[in-house]
Amino acid sequence: MRVHFKRSYDEDIRLFEDWRRMAKYAVLLAIMIALPALVSGYFLGEVTLVLIYCIAGMGLMVLAGHTGQISLGHAAFMAIGAFSNLWFMDQGMPFLIALPLSAIFTGVVGAIVALPILRLSGIYLAIATLALSIIVEDIAIIAEPYTGGVVGVFAPPIEFFGTMVDRYGTPNLFYWMCLALVVLVTLGYANLLRSATGRSFLAVRDSEVSARALGVNVTRTKALAFGLSCGVTGIAGALYAHFVQVVNYESFLVLLSINLLLLVVIGGLGSIHGAFFGAIVVGLLPQGLSILRDFLQGTVGLDISAYPGLDTMVFAVIIIGMVIYEPLGLYGFYMKVKTQWQLFPLARRDMFRRSKSYLKTERLR
Amino acid sequence: MSLLSVTDLAIHFGGVKAVDGVSFDVQAGEVFTIVGPNGAGKSTIFNLISRFYQPTHGKIVFDGEDITATPAHHIAELGIARTFQNIELFDHSTVLQNLLVGAHTKRKATWVEDVLHLPRTRSNEREARRAVEEIIDFLDLAAYRDKMIAGLPYGVRKVVEIARALACEPRLILLDEPASGLSVEETNDMAFWIEDMKKDLGLTVLMVEHDMSLVSAVSDRVLAVVEGKPLALGTSAEVQSDPRVIEAYLGTAA
Repeated sequence: MRVHFKRSYDEDIRLFEDWRRMAKYAVLLAIMIALPALVSGYFLGEVTLVLIYCIAGMGLMVLAGHTGQISLGHAAFMAIGAFSNLWFMDQGMPFLIALPLSAIFTGVVGAIVALPILRLSGIYLAIATLALSIIVEDIAIIAEPYTGGVVGVFAPPIEFFGTMVDRYGTPNLFYWMCLALVVLVTLGYANLLRSATGRSFLAVRDSEVSARALGVNVTRTKALAFGLSCGVTGIAGALYAHFVQVVNYESFLVLLSINLLLLVVIGGLGSIHGAFFGAIVVGLLPQGLSILRDFLQGTVGLDISAYPGLDTMVFAVIIIGMVIYEPLGLYGFYMKVKTQWQLFPLARRDMFRRSKSYLKTERLR
Repeated sequence: MSLLSVTDLAIHFGGVKAVDGVSFDVQAGEVFTIVGPNGAGKSTIFNLISRFYQPTHGKIVFDGEDITATPAHHIAELGIARTFQNIELFDHSTVLQNLLVGAHTKRKATWVEDVLHLPRTRSNEREARRAVEEIIDFLDLAAYRDKMIAGLPYGVRKVVEIARALACEPRLILLDEPASGLSVEETNDMAFWIEDMKKDLGLTVLMVEHDMSLVSAVSDRVLAVVEGKPLALGTSAEVQSDPRVIEAYLGTAA
């Protein structure tokens, strides 16, 4: 186990603990940039989808993982991001302007919606946001001039200074664009977490009462978290629209909201890594299962497609297992393994036993 | 002039008069303790001063400013910090992060600057770190700096909570039962720290406490409250020997 001797406060504030860690992320980024040369077009498309899930996951992670406000309605904000982006582009705006605009628009809508909704907490908040997801589905049909009604809207091609970026025409460029956005959002997220604003989110999550006593405006902080979360989710929605090329009300069903929540829970609530781990699972698991299906049919001759619903069941089993055995998600599991490895052979099993929490003041809620 | 002055403060929850006409003045630089049996309304007085509760009537004036209608999240900025009876720390953060939240009111950067990590955010961070490190030194918390709260023993958490309140750089600190659940040794340490806060940091301390050894050791003045009403005010010895106080605690002789 390495010990860091810090010589200035800046060493604590900076993003990377040391050059080793920075090198690790640099290598990862280099591999990601080089990926189009390494894998087939089909697989690249899947990875692009995972990247979009990463952005949506980070959006929800800010809210659910770091501010402790659950949302079962984030598909609604993906929808708002997608439809507003396509509408802005329809008005003749270039993508480079339409994307931030739609993010801001979604964020503002989110913050406004948050003010009444975030007076609720726990299960009631979950129900209210679930309702939001269902309402937006209907609005997507009713608001036909903006959303194309039942038919939906076709995504216009993206143009960057004369270069066309298209999911099918130029999959590599589309992939790099998504990757760049993932990097930008991740940097912003990491910056947030090392600042007073990020800490006020954590404070609201862990104890609203003492956050208030320390001068944190709880209502404003929650609305800001919701707004930021929705803004980022809106970016994911816009990218998703360009990824699938045509979106209608069916693109953002409640099921997607639930998938997003699963993403952050499986990945590990309360860490940026968790959003990535979760996105990989949620994004690749259906494909993984169908590859497994083909493999089984090809080798053993077992045709599992004869049993409908098996995919869903496997997915469900993974999630239930996750919640029971690894409540901190994949990232929690990763940290556990890493700590055990670093301390080898001195790690003890009960090191990771969850500590009991002391009684909290309930009266002031 | 008194730093905090509470006049005829009352809060009624339906028919329950939790606090009923309490008045007192806390002088700058003193340790003022409120004692009383369980349910006397001591913590409620704290919650009224923290502005968590809206008083039914009465007035709270801090440093010449009427704070009876100030929102709760502005209280820290004015210079009043507090701790809680049942420790209210941010369990899934480190000690350092907890203390940095204490310095929240000192920040100047907006959230946009924070997301982009502009120079003002960085200078905020450096200043907060420096201030917090001084408090860590002051309360001997260096060994726990990077530990998660969830793994810390109860006694340490009590100290961390005081440290977090100090990170607000308050002029008045409200301590809600600082010695509850502490061992005799830890209670003695607490007494020293309260003395230090008063002498070294020039703080005014308003405290609710049951442990009479701690109360007598540090308090300049003591107010006994029973069933929401003030009963006796004076030095620790005076209040403890007041027959009405003894009666309230032990009942009348048969």
